[in-house]
Amino acid sequence: MSCCKIVTEKAQQVLGWVDERFPLTSTYKNHLAEYYAPKNFNFWYFFGSLALLVLVIQIVTGIFLVMHYKPDASLNAAGVPVAFASVEYIMRDVAGGKFIRYMHSTGASMFFIVVYLHMFRGLLYGSYRKPRELIWLFGMAIFLCLMAEAFFGYLLPWGQMSFWGAQVIVNLFEAIPVIGPDLSIFIRGDFVVSDATLNRFFAFHVIAIPLVLLGLVTAHLIALHEVGSNNPDGVEIKKYKDANGIPLDGIPFHPYYTVKDIFGVTIFLIVFAIIIFFAPEGGGYFLEFNNFFPADALKTPPHIAPVWYFTPFYSMLRATTSDFLPYLWAFVTLVAGLTAWSVRNVWVRRLCLVLVVGVYWGFFGLTVLGKTKPLFDFAILGIHIGRGFDAKFWGVVMMGGSVLLFALLPWLDRSPVKSIRYKGGLFKTILTLFVVSFVLLGFLGTKAPGYAFFGLIPGGPVAAVSTILYLAFFGLMPWYSRLDKTKPEPERVTSK
Amino acid sequence: MSDNKQDASGGEACCACSLDPSRRALLAATAGVGAVVGIGAATPFVTSFMPSERAKAAGAPVEVDLSKLKAGEMMTVEWQGKPVWIVRRTPEMLAALKKNDAALADPASERAEQPEYVKGEARAIKDEYFVCLGVCTHLGCSPNPKFAMGAESGMGEAWNGGFLCPCHGSQFDLAGRVFKAMPAPTNLKIPPHVYLSDTRLRIGEDTKGA
Repeated sequence: MSCCKIVTEKAQQVLGWVDERFPLTSTYKNHLAEYYAPKNFNFWYFFGSLALLVLVIQIVTGIFLVMHYKPDASLNAAGVPVAFASVEYIMRDVAGGKFIRYMHSTGASMFFIVVYLHMFRGLLYGSYRKPRELIWLFGMAIFLCLMAEAFFGYLLPWGQMSFWGAQVIVNLFEAIPVIGPDLSIFIRGDFVVSDATLNRFFAFHVIAIPLVLLGLVTAHLIALHEVGSNNPDGVEIKKYKDANGIPLDGIPFHPYYTVKDIFGVTIFLIVFAIIIFFAPEGGGYFLEFNNFFPADALKTPPHIAPVWYFTPFYSMLRATTSDFLPYLWAFVTLVAGLTAWSVRNVWVRRLCLVLVVGVYWGFFGLTVLGKTKPLFDFAILGIHIGRGFDAKFWGVVMMGGSVLLFALLPWLDRSPVKSIRYKGGLFKTILTLFVVSFVLLGFLGTKAPGYAFFGLIPGGPVAAVSTILYLAFFGLMPWYSRLDKTKPEPERVTSK
Repeated sequence: MSDNKQDASGGEACCACSLDPSRRALLAATAGVGAVVGIGAATPFVTSFMPSERAKAAGAPVEVDLSKLKAGEMMTVEWQGKPVWIVRRTPEMLAALKKNDAALADPASERAEQPEYVKGEARAIKDEYFVCLGVCTHLGCSPNPKFAMGAESGMGEAWNGGFLCPCHGSQFDLAGRVFKAMPAPTNLKIPPHVYLSDTRLRIGEDTKGA
């Protein structure tokens, strides 16, 4: 007994010594033991901590992969690119290498599954709304970093899909008027995707982006712990506090949510292990079959598609052809018209008019409904004034813009309530349509361009309609979120 | 400014009231010089991204022997790391080119990147041999040959032979001309090339020299 007392006392002294020099106890309290989270978290609240877990898995497995991988596109004595051969070496000759590699490659897909569900949680419960705008924006930056990380990493095995995927994405930048062609050479460091490209992508994948990612994750969590977590009811628990200033509906993150999250981690790791042991390629969705062939600059595989997590955005790029631009223009006009009608400010209205006219010119040039040829066509700095920009350029704008639209959500949502529990049928219908079109776009993006559902319904028009629905979810949100018949929010959280 | 004064009434954290303009100028000058140094220091990092001298030096012209290429077949050679196709077109293939004109985005190749000496719908020096960069003008994939005509090509009844890009579905005819409403904006590029003899072709240069 007295012995225990002495040990405890000594421990207290050591802790006191540290606390005078580093805020250990207060950090632990602020972020775990006395961070009060709403007591009504449900299933959807597993995915934040799971994302952190996957980040750790990716970093640890990544460190071990770098010990064996060689970013070198030159051919070895057997005529195989060194980078490709080093991945094969990890898979076949390094003890345990196969599992480390599969953990890393499957981990990438898991990361996106978890992050997409985490983002969907935000859509369900309005977690992006005031005062959590910055949490959402940091989250969007994390999402962009994750996409960059996945893209750079995918080149490293130097397989056919690696090579041609990088070729397509880098060539996207070529569509930017005037500077595009030089920019894509600048990114590749060569006139084609080559050894120079492989080496710089390696540097970005293992050093640059992970550092930025860790910084952003820290900012995301600091911002979250500053304002406090949202919850499935979308009401602020800080409104009602007890005498000690503790939210009545809050429970300390540790031990309550650490235990809950460990349960989630256990289920996740079981699923993760099953995939790694029994289906590491994920049926061609996690690791594409064509990537088991070394890169060949002369031959594109007969069917190329990005990995599944990029396909919704890739589908929208593909849907943006010159045939689609009139519909897109009509949509822009609708949103601009609604804005001009609802905002009674003359400058906003002029801006809307400029937008509609500017987009018309950008899409079609100086033509009227495509019926007349350009009256004249002269170029200033390589931009053809009479012709507008290629559909290719707008496809690139579409792909980038469709990702960035998420960042606008905090300012587009005008609903009086945050959570879907108190939103009306209109919002629920539109959210369902959004999810369906996102999934359809994702599915079509994995298929060849001429794909038809059941061989009957052509994929092209489905992708076009889905693209418009995707855009409408964001573009029309300021209006339908106000029209929606909402139910009154409760004062305190409910336990369902 | 007025807000600052109100805030500062209780404390001494106001810099506006004890502002020393000479210090401020020094601060601005230091920041300015610092920025210039920063830009200077960034230069090598930015320029290191551009193709190295070795990468620029690569890409010499290549010579091709056409004698083994059969009519209706295609060969691919590498030039500057990119595929260059040589298609030996049959008379039927050449005759079919005209039928495509109405469906093409730029039948006369007015917007295409091609040397002066390839003209007309065949886009070749010798109509029989079509030389072209096998790189889609959309996003740089290499299209696949679809030489069969009509329904058996799997490209529809009206297909007169051509190329299909696997990435985004752009279609080109047998002279590399893009069809209307395709993701690819322009016809396939044609590299500079010259015939050294009836069956020897040099790609990447249009003079016979050296």
